[in-house]
Amino acid sequence: MQVASLHFRERAAGALANERLQANLRRFGSGFADKRAAARRAFGEEAFEQLRDAAAEIRDRALGDLDAWLLRFEAEASRRGTTVLWAQDADEVCRLVLEVCRRHGLAKAIKSKSMLSEEAGLNDALGAAGVNVVETDLGEYILQLAGEPPSHIIAPAIHKDQDEVSALFVKHHGRPATDDIARMTREAREVLRPHFLSADLGISGGNFLVAETGSVAIVTNEGNGRMVTTLPRVHIAITGIEKVIPTLEDLSALNRLLPRSATGQDIENYFSILTGPRAPGDADGPEHMFVILVDNGRSGLVGGALKEMLRCIRCGACMNHCPVYQTVGGHSYGWVYPGPMGSVLTPAYQGIENALDLPQAATLCGACHVACPVKIPLPDLLRTLREMQTDRGLRPWGERAAFRAWAFAARRPWLYAWATRIAARLLHWMGGRRGRIARLPLAGRGWTLGRDFPAPEGRTFRDLYRVGRKRRA
Amino acid sequence: MRVGLFVTCLVDLMRPRIGFAALELLEAAGCEVVVPGGQTCCGQPGWNSGDRPAARALAEKVIAEFEPFDYVVAPSGSCAGMIKVHYRELFAGEGAWLTRAEALAAKTYELTDFLVNVARLQQVPGRFAGTVTYHDSCAGLRELGVKQPPRALLAKLPGIELREMKDAEVCCGFGGTFSIKFGDISAAMAQAKCERIQASGAGAVVLGDLGCMLNIEGRLRRAGDETTRVLHVAEVLTAGK
Repeated sequence: MQVASLHFRERAAGALANERLQANLRRFGSGFADKRAAARRAFGEEAFEQLRDAAAEIRDRALGDLDAWLLRFEAEASRRGTTVLWAQDADEVCRLVLEVCRRHGLAKAIKSKSMLSEEAGLNDALGAAGVNVVETDLGEYILQLAGEPPSHIIAPAIHKDQDEVSALFVKHHGRPATDDIARMTREAREVLRPHFLSADLGISGGNFLVAETGSVAIVTNEGNGRMVTTLPRVHIAITGIEKVIPTLEDLSALNRLLPRSATGQDIENYFSILTGPRAPGDADGPEHMFVILVDNGRSGLVGGALKEMLRCIRCGACMNHCPVYQTVGGHSYGWVYPGPMGSVLTPAYQGIENALDLPQAATLCGACHVACPVKIPLPDLLRTLREMQTDRGLRPWGERAAFRAWAFAARRPWLYAWATRIAARLLHWMGGRRGRIARLPLAGRGWTLGRDFPAPEGRTFRDLYRVGRKRRA
Repeated sequence: MRVGLFVTCLVDLMRPRIGFAALELLEAAGCEVVVPGGQTCCGQPGWNSGDRPAARALAEKVIAEFEPFDYVVAPSGSCAGMIKVHYRELFAGEGAWLTRAEALAAKTYELTDFLVNVARLQQVPGRFAGTVTYHDSCAGLRELGVKQPPRALLAKLPGIELREMKDAEVCCGFGGTFSIKFGDISAAMAQAKCERIQASGAGAVVLGDLGCMLNIEGRLRRAGDETTRVLHVAEVLTAGK
């Protein structure tokens, strides 16, 4: 997928001006966050915090010996009949999938939700090669009809309202419009069913890879994932190399956190552990199972300044708790992953210079860090990225000069006292009778776009305190 | 006990009265308060903007100025959080400076946290009547865990009624330089906060950080709300004096 993150500012401005999107974002509001809070309370807050510690530890343990666990996964999966393929980057993912299609004569694919396939631009590649692809996650299906990318990693069509979906269904299904959500989902199911039955390839992501058994664990709420991975002749699971965990025991711990953090559910509606293709005597399952382990920038983070980011289990809690995400929506971020995790992953995988605004477009409020099930210090990582931008000379000249001047003065109390004395008087005068400034010059313009600037009282604390002390003495 | 008052650069420049209110509260709690005259800024703007050398130079200055005191208190969760949480990161892996940074961190407090949990202030000097709602500033809440102290102190004012707003813990959109770099997004976030404040029905929003204060007040006034007051908790606790 093309990276448009350099245009964050313009995209966010567009999102702010889009009244329909704003209404949809408000409706989404704190829904998931409230559900997570309720699930956490029901679980026991202290126990939940202990589980977060344990989960972070599990992820760090796996990532600490990532190569070893991946090789173990490959060995165990191969032993059980799964073919494990390795992809260095997005292009190789597409090449490997197309190769499987050619070798097995596959012409029609159904897909369960996979963010990695978005990274790889897989749908376009398959389409160009003549392989028909149908998304089967309801949200992803809606977006396929609309020709849009997801705006949220677990609720991809959260930016759309019911009327928009209804209009898409009328256009593509040719059936009469309905405003009954149950009827709309039934309609989608009826349209998707023949695709499920006629496809010869199923493509899924993978929530976790279990090294000790060579299994791929997949969670969904709609059951489509189960059909995608068992009905067609061939199943390909595509997942990032960081998803590997050592044991089923670890899987159990992490999956107690994933649904609670994501949607506030105790457990997802469907939780599948897929271990190899159909064995003799099995009632169902694909004839061939492939797992594509994708790097696409991940190995570059191992052991580095952003290493904690690799713990991510893709629950979406950080964006559900992010006031910036909730104000500008997922599409503003310009690549596959939005919100706080996307603001780290996009520069990390696509180049710091290609996503300059993302680490800056955060208040560092810390809500994401507190919500993250694996305790990724997202504000720290965003700050680290800001530091990398500065160190690589990627900040604007004016900003750098302003900081230099500020740091120079702040180290010299006499100069600082003099400068602030003038600033306090000048701004006080600018504030006039009402004590506020409607338009600030220079960099301050950004502030007064949508706010007044309350004017200072006129004299600095330092001056008043000195005078007061003299008077007292 | 000798307390070094870290006034903070925003209080110094924008709202000296909050600095004097903090001073009064600390004295009411029986502290000997010293205001080091050479203090400027904790370095947070540099730290949050990725300018480590600038942040570091100011951190060294703050450490040297404030390490003689028994405690360091700031009327700001954000600045106290910088000293208490981030100085450690700033000097990570450095022997002597790290030791000094950690020693300072251990005795640095946000004002209300200090008044309640260290100085154990029993009676507050102010008189205030009216309904208020409390906005939890991000750094105070999530870096320092300051949730109850300001509420406990406000409850000591006989005429006050606290009406909690929805999403009191959600960021107001200030975020330091974020508020300038992304003014439109920041103002939209401030608007959401202002709507929560107004929906609470309180006559004033009380908070503990200057950044949030300027942001919320600026947005309220721009949106035409001339009546909802925006007050620092120290002002309320010393009001009418």
